[in-house]
Amino acid sequence: MTYEVTIDGRLYRVALAQKDGRWHCSVDGSPVQIDAVPVRPNELSLIIGGISGGIAGGISYDVKREKSPQETHLWIGSSRHKAEVRDPRSLQGRRSAGGEGEGTKKILAAMPGKVVRVLVKERDPVEAGQGVVVVEAMKMQNELKSPKQGAVQKILVAEGASVNAGDVLLLIE
Amino acid sequence: MFKKILIANRGEIAVRVIRACRELGIRSAAVYSDVDRTSLHVIKADEAYYLGPTAATESYLNIARILDVAKRAGADAIHPGYGFLSENAKFARACAGAGIKFIGPTGDAMEVMGSKTGARRAMEKAGIPFVPGSLRGLESAEEAEQVAEQIGYPVMLKAASGGGGKGMRLVHEPAELHSALEAAKSEAARSFGDDEVYIEKAIVRPRHIEMQILADEHGHAVYLGERECSIQRRHQKVVEEAPSAIVNDDLRRRMGEVAVRVARAANYTNAGTVEFLVDAEKNFYFLEMNTRLQVEHPVTELVTGLDLVHLQILIASGGELPFRQEDLTIRGHAIECRICAEDPDNHFFPSPGTITMLLPPAGPGIRYDSGSYEGWTVPIDYDPLLAKLIGYGSDRNQATMRLERALTEYFVGGIKTNIPLFQRILQDPDFHAARLDTGYLERLMGGPSDPQAPAQGAQVAAAIAAALFAAMEGTTTEAEAAAVNSAHWKRAALRDGLR
Repeated sequence: MTYEVTIDGRLYRVALAQKDGRWHCSVDGSPVQIDAVPVRPNELSLIIGGISGGIAGGISYDVKREKSPQETHLWIGSSRHKAEVRDPRSLQGRRSAGGEGEGTKKILAAMPGKVVRVLVKERDPVEAGQGVVVVEAMKMQNELKSPKQGAVQKILVAEGASVNAGDVLLLIE
Repeated sequence: MFKKILIANRGEIAVRVIRACRELGIRSAAVYSDVDRTSLHVIKADEAYYLGPTAATESYLNIARILDVAKRAGADAIHPGYGFLSENAKFARACAGAGIKFIGPTGDAMEVMGSKTGARRAMEKAGIPFVPGSLRGLESAEEAEQVAEQIGYPVMLKAASGGGGKGMRLVHEPAELHSALEAAKSEAARSFGDDEVYIEKAIVRPRHIEMQILADEHGHAVYLGERECSIQRRHQKVVEEAPSAIVNDDLRRRMGEVAVRVARAANYTNAGTVEFLVDAEKNFYFLEMNTRLQVEHPVTELVTGLDLVHLQILIASGGELPFRQEDLTIRGHAIECRICAEDPDNHFFPSPGTITMLLPPAGPGIRYDSGSYEGWTVPIDYDPLLAKLIGYGSDRNQATMRLERALTEYFVGGIKTNIPLFQRILQDPDFHAARLDTGYLERLMGGPSDPQAPAQGAQVAAAIAAALFAAMEGTTTEAEAAAVNSAHWKRAALRDGLR
């Protein structure tokens, strides 16, 4: 199966097949020798390449995955890579809410906290980048902004409400 | 010796004190608020008692409740940690009144040091060097003008009851003085309920160097060498090290002797820290005294080989210091990073949330004092300090290399941390050359960051890994998941060296 993977904005086509318990892999059409073992949930030991003489092994990467409701990042050593995966079987892929473009966008709480102020009313027109709601966490206030130009479709929280990370606060259409 | 110590604190420092208690064979009693039921200090302690709601005023700052719990639990001493009630003279006195030993100085000593102007008056008498300025709070704007003119601009306005940089204003010229004074006063009133503000000559590009002291209740007092804490952000320390690259034996002795004089002038007992500003000519000026154990005490422990919490407990139980000044030597170098749940890409905004993965650092020369664990949710209600990572080496260079290496092993998933900031500092040429002053971090962060272009190999690896994660999730049946799980346990056992 071929996955369309975007890492830090660059697209890779990664083909994967599993035979006799081993992964066969190619990236953008070129075969790559890999050995992948899950270490624990969201951590993968990935050995890429090999040396002559048929000796298994190669460069060792300890890959950690961090998933939030908004996006997925992969850590390799101390570098963090934004990752998006499109599985060809699903039509929509895995693009999550909050990006640019068409349709209704959700404003999500990035961290648990308290809604201090809602800066807009339902049906208000909003500009891209305009602050719409202020959430307080650890005694600091954070203004969340509209990802696009449009109008406030629905406000799902009231001032003073406690919210968790990933809670939908507002819909922008 | 005490039989049971109640720790009136939370987080990594509570865990630190619990460890010392266990080493000494003393029972430890933790306390917790609603949100801290699952915090590490509660899990690690021998006993744990509920204080009250999450708000600190109703739990960790609630003197009556803490004393009631301590009495009912049968604690014979209280360790206050740092922050919260650690520098509260009323609390220290209330403990004494309840017949429970407060592990720290007396309320009287705290009070002398608690007001910066009060400390100053007491210290002037003892002949301690000060930054030139007003000895007492300013009565009027006219007085401020007069004093500023006398000592020369730039000047610093400071809240008498201040701390953490609140109520402070740097004034470059006379025209700015009036509005700065108003601002400092109102900030001081809001933050500390006291609008007393005093004025000092501003030392340009000072280093912040502090001296650890210990004094027992039999009249012995010693200094344990300095810590350099010049790397600060908004007056909060970020990196601390011992010894300081600019302090030689002679300067250490002179600063240490002044620090001991400060302690004696206040009848100080137990552990304390005397903070100095040091200018480019290595003149040092008394800044203030912290009447508690400091966050950064581990760097002193590593270079002296002493355990400050053991010694605090020994002193509080009436013991004599087991060594004299001439027995103490500084060996090697230690550097500490304060790892916080903050987002370095977003103005160091706090980043609470659940830690989804935690790979702690270890290995030669690494000490890791943590109050966090995998699966724990960092609450939004308290200080964002997660852990302290300390590197030790035979010299500054080796300590730096070990710390840099440890940071590559350290991984905290699910929340943002300031780990990338430390990677940047440890690679900075000015840090390597120890060209430090309290403006260092602001300059570093204001300068161009040159993020190392990630190796292309890493990006390809990330692409393959992303596809693998998706493929493994897409195909895993329950039976396979069980197999993976059991393989996972075996591998975890291998990893953790449980063979």
